[in-house]
Amino acid sequence: MSGWEQSAITIATFLPLAGALVIAMVPREKERVVRGLGIVFTGAAFLVSIVIALGFDYGVGSKLQFELDVRWIAAINARYHVGVDGISLPLYVLTFALSFLCAIYTWRFVPSPGKTKAFLALMLLLETGMAGTFIAFDLILFFIFWEMVLVPMYFLIAIWGSANREYAAIKFFLYTVFGSVFMLLGFLGMYFRSDVAGHHSFDLLRLTNFAAAGGFSHGFQLVVFGAVGLGLAIKVPMWPFHTWLPDAHTEAPTVGSVLLAGVLLKMGTYGFIRIALPVLPYGAQKFAPWIGLLAAIAIVYAALACLAQKDLKRLIAFSSVGHMGFVMLGIATLTSIGINAAIFGMVAHGLITGMLFFLVGSVYDRYHTRQIAEIGGGMMQKLPYLGGVLAFVSIASLGLPGLAGFWGEVMALLSSFNPSHAAGLNTGLFRGFMVAGGIGTIITAGYFLWMLQRVNMGTLPERWKEAAFPDIVAVEWVSWVPLLVGIVALGIFPRLIFGVTDGAVNGLLRLFGAA
Amino acid sequence: MIRLPLVLFFSAVLFSTGVYGVLARRNGVLVLMSIELMLNAVNVNLVAFSQYVRDIGGQVFALFVIAVAAAEVGIGLAIVILIFRNRESINVDEVSLLKW
Amino acid sequence: MVGASEIASAVGPGFLPWTWVIAVLPLASAALILFFGKRTPGKGPVYGIAAVGTGWVLSLVVLWHFVQGGGPLERSVAWFQVGPLHMELGELVDGLTAVMLVVVTSISLAVQVYSLGYMKGDARYTWFYVALSLFTAAMLNVVTANNLFQLLVGWEVMGLCSYLLIGHWWEEKVNSNAAIKAFITTRIGDVPFLFGIFALTFATGFTTSNIRVIAERISSGEVSTMLVAAAALLLFGGTMGKSAQFPLHVWLPDAMQGPTPVSALIHAATMVTAGVYLVGRLFDVFVHANAHVLQYVGVIGGITMLGAALLAFVQDDIKRVLAYSTISQLAYMVAGMSMGPAGRTAGFFHLFTHAFFKALLFLGAGSVIHSAHSNNMSEMGGLRKNMPVTFWTFAIGAAALAGVFPLAGFWSKDELLTVAQENGHPVLFVVLLGTALLTAFYMTRAVWMTFFGEYRGQGHPHESPVSMTGPLVALAAASAGVGFLGAPQLGAVFGKWVFYQEAEKAVFVPWVALASTAAALFGILAGYSLYKRYREPDPLRAYAGAVYGVLENKYYMDDFYMRWIIRPIQYPVAVAVNWSNQRILDGAVNGVAVVTRASAWVVNLFDQRVVDGAVNEAAEITGETGGVLRALQTGNVQWYAALLFIGVVVAAVLITRA
Repeated sequence: MSGWEQSAITIATFLPLAGALVIAMVPREKERVVRGLGIVFTGAAFLVSIVIALGFDYGVGSKLQFELDVRWIAAINARYHVGVDGISLPLYVLTFALSFLCAIYTWRFVPSPGKTKAFLALMLLLETGMAGTFIAFDLILFFIFWEMVLVPMYFLIAIWGSANREYAAIKFFLYTVFGSVFMLLGFLGMYFRSDVAGHHSFDLLRLTNFAAAGGFSHGFQLVVFGAVGLGLAIKVPMWPFHTWLPDAHTEAPTVGSVLLAGVLLKMGTYGFIRIALPVLPYGAQKFAPWIGLLAAIAIVYAALACLAQKDLKRLIAFSSVGHMGFVMLGIATLTSIGINAAIFGMVAHGLITGMLFFLVGSVYDRYHTRQIAEIGGGMMQKLPYLGGVLAFVSIASLGLPGLAGFWGEVMALLSSFNPSHAAGLNTGLFRGFMVAGGIGTIITAGYFLWMLQRVNMGTLPERWKEAAFPDIVAVEWVSWVPLLVGIVALGIFPRLIFGVTDGAVNGLLRLFGAA
Repeated sequence: MIRLPLVLFFSAVLFSTGVYGVLARRNGVLVLMSIELMLNAVNVNLVAFSQYVRDIGGQVFALFVIAVAAAEVGIGLAIVILIFRNRESINVDEVSLLKW
Repeated sequence: MVGASEIASAVGPGFLPWTWVIAVLPLASAALILFFGKRTPGKGPVYGIAAVGTGWVLSLVVLWHFVQGGGPLERSVAWFQVGPLHMELGELVDGLTAVMLVVVTSISLAVQVYSLGYMKGDARYTWFYVALSLFTAAMLNVVTANNLFQLLVGWEVMGLCSYLLIGHWWEEKVNSNAAIKAFITTRIGDVPFLFGIFALTFATGFTTSNIRVIAERISSGEVSTMLVAAAALLLFGGTMGKSAQFPLHVWLPDAMQGPTPVSALIHAATMVTAGVYLVGRLFDVFVHANAHVLQYVGVIGGITMLGAALLAFVQDDIKRVLAYSTISQLAYMVAGMSMGPAGRTAGFFHLFTHAFFKALLFLGAGSVIHSAHSNNMSEMGGLRKNMPVTFWTFAIGAAALAGVFPLAGFWSKDELLTVAQENGHPVLFVVLLGTALLTAFYMTRAVWMTFFGEYRGQGHPHESPVSMTGPLVALAAASAGVGFLGAPQLGAVFGKWVFYQEAEKAVFVPWVALASTAAALFGILAGYSLYKRYREPDPLRAYAGAVYGVLENKYYMDDFYMRWIIRPIQYPVAVAVNWSNQRILDGAVNGVAVVTRASAWVVNLFDQRVVDGAVNEAAEITGETGGVLRALQTGNVQWYAALLFIGVVVAAVLITRA
């Protein structure tokens, strides 16, 4: 194993952090230098992640690659153990891609009240935290990255947010920290119950092996799954723990929303697949019907709530709850198809909803309002390109086959047609969830098309006729086109994701005694 | 040969005059002069006792006191002048700034 | 359905292996028009017409293979793999595919040429061609796909294009409403359809959705009848949505808000027949399901064909007459499917002929609308003098639809009636015959109101340009001629291309043919006697009485859906959910915050008053003591000196005393 293989992940993950430090040292007056540095560092990190993806051996997706495992805090046997496998690689690359595009977007759009330097430094710090979560294979390391994300996001919302930002920021922070506490307790429980060669361990792989050997009692697994699951569920967010999300999204600046929807939410679902399932398989089996139930409720509930939204951004935020419902439904089936669908759904949702938040940001940039009624329709007349892209992405989001949003949803529904029998899941129950999900897709189509009708179609109200709105500008094209291409590419070639994840997921499911 | 009690009586009168001047006179310069009187009363006592017990130390002390008195008057008069410049008056009862 | 042994797995002879190119051509042209259309001379249609024209020629080449008696072919490449499920991208080319390819490319070509004239000067002319090309590609994908998920992709993209094109003039709210209605209604059918696909995929153990593999599995009896029946019913949901069958037919009349060429292509000839195609393509599922499933299909078809035909009576909008007629004729095909293998062939034959004459009728109606600037027949009349080509072609189409010998509709209806008679479906036979009568009646009404009598509209109507009349003439020729492909006297060659398991023996029952002709003639005569002179109000209103009101209100179904399903979900339910979110779920979160803050307030009070109170009290006492003592501090030097003196004296006294 070469030095590059061992260090590549560390380099990619901490490049943004280095970038944050460099930006902090640039004088505040040099705006363009600051913005340029933001693009350079996110771009460099993205490049490294691409190199990692190219060097990844897709033949053995279930094997941990680019692994580095060194002693870190000897006293509690915590290790600096990082690596990527087929499950984390798509999300890892997605993190860098979205951050890069956000940095490009910031070249032109810095939310009020400016302070570009602090904004970009926090964004880069956030990037390191997000990326780190997807590569950590030690629970303490995972937890540190997990919490590291909160602080920059808190400031991004609290400083650069809109009217009600302080409320939203505090709610986001406290709610997530509330969950994290339970998660940490769960981690500690695993640590103290584990016995790897006479030592307690935080190491995920060792814990997985220990659990596979029957190391954790059933009662223990139920309790710990409940605790860890609560922390993760709040982050996802699963119904009914989702109420922080619409507020945080609505108030956050555009870039914050994009990263929040695009990456942060996936940390929760990823945590289920990475930690909760392999280490606590019995707990997962017992909790799966409940997770499926909450997911089914979330799909229908969020779709109905979307119908009632008057604020464009809040509508998109609520749609995230529904989409994450599909992801959780896929996970709950404990089948290979379901979990693959979940990962696909995560990536697709990252692209599509990230893109939608970009669009809402740009609409707000023109209209200075996000109220659908105040926009008043006719956007296709005034801003044909922006309107066209909005229509395209909305249609992708409602799950049109041939675009990215479809495969995650349809495969999740397919998997709930026949959930894992090895895990003892009730087929009839999950088919009920499937039907609920199907109804959800109809309502989803309904609210997206209704939104398009009220925003895009009709005639332009008088009050906007004279307004000097620029249509999509160059910076927007540059930061959006990759996402649009990605939406089409994933829709036509689902193999781009499934080809990476399938092996890893099958490896994971061997723990449940079935694929 | 002058008898010791006589000298002590003299110095006591002188000291008492000084005390009266310090406590009763309003003029700052006169207060300073009264302090001089008290110091010199002490000097008289020192010299007298020095002679009485045949020890030169007392007279040395008297010389110290004279030097200190000179310094003290120097500073004291400087303060009085500054007060006068600021307030057009050297009455010590009008200078009561240093209170709560 | 074709057996496995007949499938040429390797690359077969001729063009057949490259059939997929026909579907990819319009996709490429859609992309070309989208990105380069506006910069191309003529603004883009040239790509679309070239692509579909080439596709038309190639489709004929494919059909020629089957005319010569060639066998089917299947070919695929791996698409992706998820767990056990192997997805493929492939083509399944048999006689049915070939016929569908010819139908789709012919109509699409005619419509794209026609639109050169009809859509001229439209603000979104280029975009219109993008959507047409994309639609054509999607439909061709549906008819060539060899597996259900690939089919589903085309199926839904068609729905999207339908939505986009119905709402083409989205400035008007009524148009965008119709577009949304179409999309949502078909999606209500598509969800069961999706579940049906799941069920069939499940039948293969989630290993593949290949149509042929599924058919084999089901034919071999390895799959439980329950699962097959469920799958069939679920799949038929998709048909009900896409092919506008009762009770999901409500979107199709509203879809007439789209430009007329779109109505002709999507909402008459091709997309709406996809539902019928689906039943025929997955016929094994229906045949091997419980017998009641096909009965159910037949009942839905029967209800739809009669109900829709009656609704066509009371329409003033010429396009809506045709729309209800389309629903009714689609139900003919569905009813055909319900009558078993022979009915399947007859149904497809009707699909084939109907595509031509219904597209012709829509394009003719478009020509009329283009010139009279109104959709309403009450504002037309006497147009046969101003628009002779349109009149004659429309008349041929109407006669074909009415089932007049020897036009196309006669042969296909006759075949359906014969199958119903021969295979023992007496009720369906009567319903089919009755519908034929009604069809003849309302088409006569439409022709007379539009082309005879005095012109009642505005301006001076004139014949349409050649780009529009050309396709009309071509389609009229087809409407007159294609029927002979199924004529039993001529060997019924159509049945040799499209068949289930084995070609059916075509029979001709003279009395059935007479009965159907009699029904058509009776309908035409009745229509003529009522509408030979234009009268206001509609004479039917007097005869039908209260029934007329029911028909005018479309059996109150739209009102019912709107009042009891759409509005409740849109407003009370959605608002209640949002309320529960804000008040209950978020209320709980905020409640926790409030309780936490209240307890914090109590703790704070204790801290401030008791804990910190002690500290402050100490400071306070010190301060007050100082306040008392400060009186000593007068600032008077002499006062201090006096105190000092007193102090010294006291000290001296005390020391000396001690």
